Amino acid sequence: MYKKQTVTIDKMSVPIEGERNLLELVRKARIDLPTFCYHSDMSVYGACRMCMVELEGGGVIPACSTPPADGMIVKTNTKQLRDMRKMIVELMLANHDQNCTTCPKSGDCKLQKIARQMGIDKVRFQQVNRDKIADLSSDSIIRDPSKCVLCGDCVRVCNEIQSVGVLDFANRGADAEVVACFNKGLGEVECVNCGQCVKVCPVGALIPKYQINEVWDALHDDEKYVVVQIAPAVRVALGEYFGYKPGTTTTGQMITALRLMGFDQVYDTAFSADLTVIEEGNEFLERAAKGENLPQFTSCCPAWVKFAEQYYPDMLPNLSSCRSPQQMFGSVVKEYLTDELKISREKLVVVSIMPCTAKKYEANRPEFSAEGNKDVDYVLTTQELSLMIRERGLTFNRLEPGSFDMPYGFKTGAGVIFGSSGGVSEAVLRYAAEKLSKGKGIQTGFTEISTGGVKTLSVQMGDKDLRLAIVSGLASARALIDKIRIGEDRYDLIEVMACCGGCVNGGGQPITEEKTAVEGRARELFDNDKMLQFHSAQDNPYIKELYDDKLTPEQAHHLLHTEYSNRKRINSEDVSLTETAGDKNLKLNICFGTSCFLRGAQELYTRLMEYVRENGLESDTEFTASFCTERCKKGPVLRVNGKTIEHCTYELAVNEIQKALH
Amino acid sequence: MSDGIGTKFDKVCSILDKYEHNPHKLIAILQDMQEEYKYLPEDIMTFVSTALGISPSTVYGVATFYSHFTLQPKGKHVIKLCDGTACHVRKSQDILNAIKKYLGLSKKSNTTPDMLFTLETVACLGACGLAPVVVIDDQVHGLMTPESTIALIEEIKKEEVVCGGN
Repeated sequence: MYKKQTVTIDKMSVPIEGERNLLELVRKARIDLPTFCYHSDMSVYGACRMCMVELEGGGVIPACSTPPADGMIVKTNTKQLRDMRKMIVELMLANHDQNCTTCPKSGDCKLQKIARQMGIDKVRFQQVNRDKIADLSSDSIIRDPSKCVLCGDCVRVCNEIQSVGVLDFANRGADAEVVACFNKGLGEVECVNCGQCVKVCPVGALIPKYQINEVWDALHDDEKYVVVQIAPAVRVALGEYFGYKPGTTTTGQMITALRLMGFDQVYDTAFSADLTVIEEGNEFLERAAKGENLPQFTSCCPAWVKFAEQYYPDMLPNLSSCRSPQQMFGSVVKEYLTDELKISREKLVVVSIMPCTAKKYEANRPEFSAEGNKDVDYVLTTQELSLMIRERGLTFNRLEPGSFDMPYGFKTGAGVIFGSSGGVSEAVLRYAAEKLSKGKGIQTGFTEISTGGVKTLSVQMGDKDLRLAIVSGLASARALIDKIRIGEDRYDLIEVMACCGGCVNGGGQPITEEKTAVEGRARELFDNDKMLQFHSAQDNPYIKELYDDKLTPEQAHHLLHTEYSNRKRINSEDVSLTETAGDKNLKLNICFGTSCFLRGAQELYTRLMEYVRENGLESDTEFTASFCTERCKKGPVLRVNGKTIEHCTYELAVNEIQKALH
Repeated sequence: MSDGIGTKFDKVCSILDKYEHNPHKLIAILQDMQEEYKYLPEDIMTFVSTALGISPSTVYGVATFYSHFTLQPKGKHVIKLCDGTACHVRKSQDILNAIKKYLGLSKKSNTTPDMLFTLETVACLGACGLAPVVVIDDQVHGLMTPESTIALIEEIKKEEVVCGGN
């Protein structure tokens, strides 16, 4: 007879049911073994040593990196283990900037929590306080190395889940630290601002860049008219800060809280998400009819957009030209509400509340400004909103519910589900389905909730068979696009969200260890959709009104669309490849960015150097290299005395050099 | 702008080709690069990461982990002073202080402004019988004193002046 495999943990017999390591088994036995560096969706690192257990006949071993085997006898609570755990926490504290009262992470900090859990009442080791300077260069994220406990969670999430790899360990031993390449700031490197590192950081070493003070200043300024837009994913997560279960909708209290804080109008980003559905739906139908620039990628996720600009410049024409709902809201409100109120753009302050750190970066992109004034002035994360509600002295769960202001607060269910992976596709499909099969009415239920990875589906629409992919997590997106590039996969529409599960799991959301939290929030958004009167964006009466009265096609193009450009990964200067002393007759500059490199820049360089030597031009030539001239689609790129040659070949280059010399 | 990097750029390309652009051979590639430049310039590390298709922070992490790699340009002559146990008890510290004073080096910079000398300390050269040991440009000098070490450096300096720094 089949015998169940078991491990004995603290005298309890625990069956092995596919657990990958002892830690999972210990936790299944309801023993809370604390860890800093273990995350079930990332590789096992085994650095923090907090999960050490005693294995009979095997000594003291880390539970996270030990696979369970039948008959193991494990103890988790011996004097030796308790002493070890305490000592580890004490050592961490001795190395940690312990200014907890002024730390933004206070109350949410794992080190604080575990120190309390372990009953640490003093640190026996001398405090090692090295002066480390916080990195303020990014629009979205602040990195404070004095708080870092070197657990490597951020390194792995950035590399494994997002495939960006901005952060890594540098130096060794006591000098080891987590930094971006060449110790540069996060704002100067390839960071896409998704904030997943912020989400996994157990301490206050990575936090969103707060704009709380700026928003209070605007609210206290009588000259300013301050409006706020709230993203869908915020309403199903904010409650977690005030004791509600993940996936509880607290829209009503949130609106009342914002009014009591002093906002003049409370609007909904789901309104502009409806607008996005229509613009993006039309764009998709047009491309599908012409068979041009397919697959169409969604463009509402600013982390994904920066990712594409850096790594997939050749795919940029495939991105939808639609601005994200946050930016559509900003441009529409700054254009029309200023008119209605007869005030200048400067007087109207647009604040948005987002589940996302990358939205802070997006709002700062220069193309989203007019007359030097930003479309969206400040972006707060869900986290920051919770802090402001507390600071205002409001008892959140006792607040009377309120409702959004009209017209920019009215939305359909299509706009609400934008906050979940699969939601944007669902919303666009609802719109497209009605357009293509007139009179059939609204169809729903195209997509399913997903918490990461790639989901594909085929939809029959009219005479068209559409292939869709819904992807969240940038490493999954990279794998998918690489397949498309080599022609292995073909799709018509691809929804990309940088965070696994979509905005509900964004970098600005409440930090939770509950595994079902993300799915719970997503499900609640879809439930919200079910409770609304309209489920398809084109049914939104205020959107119709906007198109009828104000948004001419030209205006729509001007306010609701944007352009993308290649973006270099790292800020750096040109490199000289030859002696540069003196003024040379022939100035050559070659691009050695990733894209040009793949298109044969190295070979071109080698052959041109040969040409220069053979023709005795060495003393007359200055050869420099740039790391990305941001013309990646047209690579390899060579400049001859300032003249740019795109798609440069050896023959073209030599031709131009001869012209330049005569 | 890092001057003169490119004068060896052909070499850089051939090193990458030699290791078939294989990211698993990163350490060997960096070793060869350092051989060419005597240090690892930032641009070269960026270029290596582009060429190997790995993140620049990974390259930076490896380059800063091993003490063999240096990210600062080294002087023409590298002085390695052994500060292992045997050399230490035979007063290698005195030699260290003497060289520092003679060359005007500080805690922060271990290379002279004229880029002639770089001073490094190493843990153990395995020549404990000759302690204290100084290695200048891969030549081992044993049983050193502060005075004999300075005399060696003076010698090199004189030669440099005669050759006009070439």
